[in-house]
Amino acid sequence: MDRLQGRLKRLQHERRRRDAWLTVEIARHKERPRTRDYIAHLIEGFEELKGDRLRADDPAIVGGLGWLGGRAVMVVGHQKGRTLDEQTVHNFGMARPEGYRKAQRLFSLAERHHLPVLTFVDTPGAYPGVAAEEGGQARAIAETMLKMARLTVPVVATVIGEGGSGGALALAVADRVLMQENATYSVISPEGCAAILWRDAAFAPQAAEALRPTASQLYELGVIEKVVEEPRGGAHHHPEVAAAKVGEAIRAALVELDQIEPEERRQQRRERFRKLGVWTEPDAGGTVLSAIPDLRP
Amino acid sequence: MNVTVEIERRDSRPAKPEWICPSCKDGAKLADVRGSLFVCPYCGFHARLTANERIRQLADPESFHELWVTVRTLDPLTFTDLEAYPDRVREAQAKTGLAEAIITGTAKIDGNDCVLAVMDFGFLGGSMGSVVGEKLWRSAELAAEQGLPLVAVCSSGGARMQEGILSLMQMAKTSCAVDIINESGTPFVAILVDPCTGGVVASFATLADICIAEPGALLSFSGPRVIAETTREPLPKGFGSAERNLELGHLDAVVPRKDLKVKVGNYLRLLGGGDTPERRETRRARGRGKGRLAQATADGARTLASLARRPFVGGDGQATGPAEEAPARETPA
Repeated sequence: MDRLQGRLKRLQHERRRRDAWLTVEIARHKERPRTRDYIAHLIEGFEELKGDRLRADDPAIVGGLGWLGGRAVMVVGHQKGRTLDEQTVHNFGMARPEGYRKAQRLFSLAERHHLPVLTFVDTPGAYPGVAAEEGGQARAIAETMLKMARLTVPVVATVIGEGGSGGALALAVADRVLMQENATYSVISPEGCAAILWRDAAFAPQAAEALRPTASQLYELGVIEKVVEEPRGGAHHHPEVAAAKVGEAIRAALVELDQIEPEERRQQRRERFRKLGVWTEPDAGGTVLSAIPDLRP
Repeated sequence: MNVTVEIERRDSRPAKPEWICPSCKDGAKLADVRGSLFVCPYCGFHARLTANERIRQLADPESFHELWVTVRTLDPLTFTDLEAYPDRVREAQAKTGLAEAIITGTAKIDGNDCVLAVMDFGFLGGSMGSVVGEKLWRSAELAAEQGLPLVAVCSSGGARMQEGILSLMQMAKTSCAVDIINESGTPFVAILVDPCTGGVVASFATLADICIAEPGALLSFSGPRVIAETTREPLPKGFGSAERNLELGHLDAVVPRKDLKVKVGNYLRLLGGGDTPERRETRRARGRGKGRLAQATADGARTLASLARRPFVGGDGQATGPAEEAPARETPA
């Protein structure tokens, strides 16, 4: 009996690992709809706005103005590209400081003209290059987060593919964070994590399981507000259906956020991030200020 | 003949040095190195410091009162790689005698009252998990509420992977904490020390009003190894060093360790941190405090001296042994 239970446990474990890895693969699928596809499906009359007004335009982040159901909005998102040529142009969605500074500029523009901000997150991470580092990558990311935290307009972020580390979070300091069923969002790529903690990138599936990067797991951790359904097999099977679901979720989030006063909304956003984290404090009555009720001590 | 050999050996091989410089490998007496603030007397290399040593150097004598000492790490993901996360935390606690990778409290620096947060790279690479994020938040909130400046000594390899997405969220959380500080109008000074990389340098550390670093400190978002692997190009000489960052405009100054205290003191005086009661009153009025932390200051204040005797607690809530039994950490990691 014990042996059977052990085997069942092992099988369940293997299944969890396989499921986590499958999600990682779908999130990175070559045919998966990108930010531009969602803009094409959801935003009418999109006018792209380029450049950081300092030195360059970074195609890894695209942004601009458009209409969502008769309402003017600012859209900013990572763009990965699909063909190899596109991917090269967009640097596989890995933004440089210019990209983050463009995002900041567009956020300020939205704030000035009272437009809601919609972001789409889809990046393996910020670009790890010498020029990017020396151009102030770290501070560019930090400032983008601070800028988002300060907005009084509604901010809705949607993770549509890979939410890779700080490069992803820089566009996701939002009032509501939505995430597609097969998207991932993680502090580090499974390969990177495996290389450090397992000392071998081949343990990526193990790392993927341990990091719990899937939408349903993040929902349980209280990090996202909603898991957005995808067509069977993934968004790439029916991009227009996937986009319709995303559009519906964004509109619903905006309706909710419209009920809140601008300054209050900003306070609540700050409070939202303040609560993310898990610790214990025995002297303060053992309170666990946590989104997770049951924890291994 | 034998006697000659004996004498020769004694002359050419002096007693084992108490401290060896990680850079030039020259040996020195521990007392001398402590006197030079763990800066190598021969090559000027700034060795890494423990958080307690850093506080000893930076804060005025007996002025540091630690706060929020009982905030403890949990294992939200039941994360296990080659080792389980709680075991890694317990090991780090045993190694460093610290509860987490950060110590926070109130202090005087060169006569200026402030909130002081000091990270320790020796504790799981100074990685930022929920506890580090929360203690930074409370430090910022206390600073804003009391109109005190915040001084943060940052040293970290980045986010604490074992806490998964929650560690990433600490970047957003600490950036929001900076928002509170900025809103209150109280100064925030960050001292970046070797090494300061990843999620910490891409969040609160570089958002400070004044951002300085120690000579030779490595400061970058991606680590040099990751960059070399991705771009397959050799890194330029001095890449990521404090000096290079100063040249590129990412820092206000590179300050040798012996001058840190006076420099920070100057900044705090200039920004009005330790200033007149009127100025403090204005800031307090502008702050958004809820009064909860003022109570915490009173309740939670403990001197560093009593901290040294405090048994540290393992992840299972059991005292795993008094700090005295832990390996003494006189020399920096």
